[in-house]
Order: sequence, then C-alpha cells, then structure tokens
Amino acid sequence: MAFVARRCLSAIPTLLIVITLAFFMMRLAPGGPFDRERALPVEIERNVLAAYKLDQPLWRQYLDYLSGLARGDFGPSFKYRDFTVAELMANGLPASLQIGGLAMLCAIVFGVGLGTVAALHQNSAVDYTVMAFAMTGIAVPNFVMAPLLTLLFGVYLSLLPVAGWGSGAWVNKLLPIVALALPQVAYIARLTRGSMIEVLSSNYIRTARAKGLRERLVVTRHALKGALLPVVSYLGPAAAAVATGSVVIETIFDIPGTGRYFVEGALNRDYPLVMGVVVFYAALIITLNLMVDLLYGLMDPKLRRP
Amino acid sequence: MIRPNMSPIAPDLDIKGRSLWQDAARRLVRNRAAVASLIVLTVITLLAVFAPMLSPHPYDEIYWERIQAPPDFAHGHWFGTDSNGRDLFVRTLYGARISLMVGVLATAVSLVIGVIYGAVAGFVGGRVDDIMMRVVDILYALPFMFFVILLMVMFGRNIFLMFVALGAVEWLTMARIVRGQTLSIKHKPFIEAAQACGVTRTGIVVRHIIPNVLGPVIVYVTLTVPQVIMTESFISFLGLGVQEPLTSWGVLIAEGARLMEAAPWLLVFPATLLALTLFAFNFVGDGLRDALDPKDR
Repeated sequence: MAFVARRCLSAIPTLLIVITLAFFMMRLAPGGPFDRERALPVEIERNVLAAYKLDQPLWRQYLDYLSGLARGDFGPSFKYRDFTVAELMANGLPASLQIGGLAMLCAIVFGVGLGTVAALHQNSAVDYTVMAFAMTGIAVPNFVMAPLLTLLFGVYLSLLPVAGWGSGAWVNKLLPIVALALPQVAYIARLTRGSMIEVLSSNYIRTARAKGLRERLVVTRHALKGALLPVVSYLGPAAAAVATGSVVIETIFDIPGTGRYFVEGALNRDYPLVMGVVVFYAALIITLNLMVDLLYGLMDPKLRRP
Repeated sequence: MIRPNMSPIAPDLDIKGRSLWQDAARRLVRNRAAVASLIVLTVITLLAVFAPMLSPHPYDEIYWERIQAPPDFAHGHWFGTDSNGRDLFVRTLYGARISLMVGVLATAVSLVIGVIYGAVAGFVGGRVDDIMMRVVDILYALPFMFFVILLMVMFGRNIFLMFVALGAVEWLTMARIVRGQTLSIKHKPFIEAAQACGVTRTGIVVRHIIPNVLGPVIVYVTLTVPQVIMTESFISFLGLGVQEPLTSWGVLIAEGARLMEAAPWLLVFPATLLALTLFAFNFVGDGLRDALDPKDR
C-alpha cells in the first residue's frame, strides 16, 4: 500500500514539470499568435491581447492556467475562435483513443505471441522469419510504412480505403492501426523472444518439465510469467511511442483525432491547443507509466518492499 | 591464443597478444550482415558528400518542361523529378546529407551530455547519484517528441536547434548506460591496482574507466544515430523541420506520400534510401553488440 502511495505521489511533480515547461516555452517564444503581415492598430491589438489575458504578468497567466487545468479548462483556442481547447480535444479523443488503444492491444498480443513462437523454435526458419519481420518493423518508420501500405492495399489492390475516418467504420481503422502497431509489435516480439529464451533455460522450467507437465502448460503457466516482466516494463515507453506515432498516422490517414489537432495547432501557432494536447498526452503517459509500475510490482515480488 | 601452425614452445617467434579491440574487430568482420551494412553506409555517405558532382542538375533548379516526370535517363533524372520539376536524385542525396548530419551531430550532443552526466553520477555516487538519476527518471516519463516539436514551432525551424533538441532528448539512456558501467567497474581490482600504483583520479578515469565503458557506449551510439534520423524525418514529415528549398528525407517522403497515386517514384526512392540507412545502422549496431559483448567469448 505504501508502495502504491509512493508511486502515485511521485507522478505529481512530473506532471507539474511538464505543465511548467510547456507553459514557459510557449510564452517565451518569439512571435505571437496574432502576428500578421500588417501590424494591427495599437488599440485593437491591446483589446485582443486583453481578451485572451495575454496582457497580464507572466506569473499571473501561469497561475490562471494552472487553476484552469485543475477545473479541466484548457482555455480558448486561438485559431478556432468558437471552440475551447477542451471541446476540440473532446472532439478528437474518441478516434485517437480507439486507434491508439487497439494498436497497443495488437502490439501486446502479436508481439508476445510472435516472440514466444520464435523463442520456442530458436534458430529455426520460423525464428529467423519472425526476427527478420521484427527488424523490418524497427527499421522502417511508421510514416514510411503507412503510405506504402496505402499504396499497396488502397491504391493497387483497392481493398481498403486510402484515408478518412468514415465515421468509424472498421475498414477505415485497419490500416492506421496496423501502421501504428507494427513497430511496437516488432519491439515486443524481440523483447519477448530474448527473455523467453533466458527463462526457458532456467531451473524452475526444468523442474516443471521434470514433473511431467505438458509443454503447453510449461510455457503458458510458468515461462510466460517470468518472460513477460521486461515486456511489462516496456509498456510505458510503448504507450509514449504510440501517442507520438498517432500524431503522424492521424495526419496521413486524415483521421479527426487529437494528434491531427496537435499538428494543425503547431503549424498555426495555436498555443493553447498545442499546450492542451501536450499536457493531456503527458498526463496520459504518466498515468500509464504509473499503472505499469504498479503492475510490475504485482508481478515481481522482489520489488514489493515491506 | 596461439596460431596453430606455430610451435607453442618456440620462444623466438613473434606471438603478439591481441587487444580487446582487435578481438572485437575480428568478430565484427566475420558478421556478414554488419560488413554489408558498413559498405552500404559508406556508399550512401560518399554519395551524399559528392552529391552535386554526380548529377548535372543543381538541387534547386526548376525544369519547367519536365514537371513530375518519371525516372528518365535521357535527361539524367535518374529518380525522376518532383512536383516542382526539380531533380529527385540530387534532392534525395541532399536529403541524405541533412539527415546523416543531423543523425551524427545530434548523437554527438547526446554522447557528450550522456557520458559526462552518467560518469559523474556513477563515479561520485551517494546522494549526488540518487538525485541525478531521479532527474533522469522524471525526464524519462515525459513525451519528449512533443517537446521537440514545441521547440521547433516556437524558435523557428532551425537546423542547429534541431541538433540540440534531438541530442537533449537522446542523452537519457546514454547517461543510464554509462552510469551503470561506471558503477560496475569502479570497484574492480584493476582500478584498485591503479590506485595502489599512485595513478591520479583523472588518470584512472581517462586511462581505465573510459576505455572500459566505451564498448556499450559505441553500441548504443550506432543504435542512436538511426533513431535520431528517424525522429528528424518524422518532424520534417510533419512540415516542422527542415525548410525549402533545403530538404531532408522526411520532407521528400511527405511529398511522395501526398502524390503517391500519380507519381509513386517520389515516395519509393527516398523511402527506400531512408529504410536502407536505418536497416544498415541497426545491423551494424547489433553486430557491434555481438562483437563487443564479453559474455559471448
């Protein structure tokens, strides 16, 4: 219990650092969101700045932003005048979470599956195929893989839509999920294979085999539990990679998600929107890391301190 | 190890000892994938360096009569031309220049920060070490790519800023590796022996610690370069990195992806070259790890 509490407490300063960094980077940047080719008349400019509270001292703006965040208010968007950042993000979130969540799920299921199969057939053709696939997944970035996949399945074979969301039809989700999951499948397969090979040669596996347990049970019940530890600790970075990847995948496939808002916001210097997305993703990733830590604590008794 | 054709008792034959590095080099040379990758990387680097001399076309010259033309040897457009009528071959090699330069320089930045930070934390130890590694843990949990993008948005799309930003992101793992290595070496007998011989503290670090942590560091460096190249391409792909008329693989791939139905060569050539480079670096990294890993011996 103390372990849980300590971990939870350590997440808060991390989040604060993220918010502070993002905030001051935004405000110290040269060039404002309302810079135009032609300078605005002084009075209008003053009114605009006042409307967005940009005329107040920096520390004041910072405190305002923090207290807003605590209430779930990310401020107004500079670009989409009629929307608040929170509304825009709520718009994009369902698509982003579906794509990201399913990609993570695929990565874990296929990664662990392939890695285990490769480890059980070490140095066979199966093993080499899986490892070659994993190398491809790691070396070919998702923004190359995604257009190539669309070119193949969308344009030449005309099996799947090239882009768009189609209000959430599964054919529209397939390619984005595959492109997003592939590098993670590759990493997890490599990790699983490595740790599985190590675990399979350990004493407790030999004992399990010696007492006559069927090979399937040895693998699923005994070996997998130990072999999954490195995979579990990789889930945090994997989530971060999927979140980052979703930015480019959503842009390529034209999916109305949070990641695309981030890119548009960045190109338009829509500071509150960009900051909102960064803070949100940071919070998400920190929470996931926390959960991974707790899960790890449950799985590895060595970490549970008295 | 004595060469088999020599008599082990003949004392006057020159039996040379092999150093750790010679051993590693021999193992690396035996790894075909790594050697092939090294050759590929050398070729790509040479092509990138001598790019302007290889083709009759400058990288920003617009050929109005040949816009978005497929690969054509008659006019010397080996990769075709882009949507602005510029020669893709030269542009791809210019992209290689930028991408490789960013990869190497940003990795160098991360190397310097990471090695110093990790060595200090590991060598000093105690509370300093605790605090320094706690900072690394906290930074590790951040979605750094978003911050790099923020930096690029805010302070202009400047290549030099990109080196610093990417280097500043990648040093964390380096620091952890170096610290771990330093800790594991610090109390080894050969360090004690050096101390007993009266070697100074800096002497120990320079002569004994650094050469012995170098192996894992080199492996990690070769694996960081492709990661940095990938990140740079990622940012440029989004339109937030290298700006026209300069180019990088990310920019070219972004344009290729946009026009892939009409002009697939715009996507295929830069994407292949990028993938090839990333593959090669990964193979060299894996080969180096196998060559330098003492567990294998």
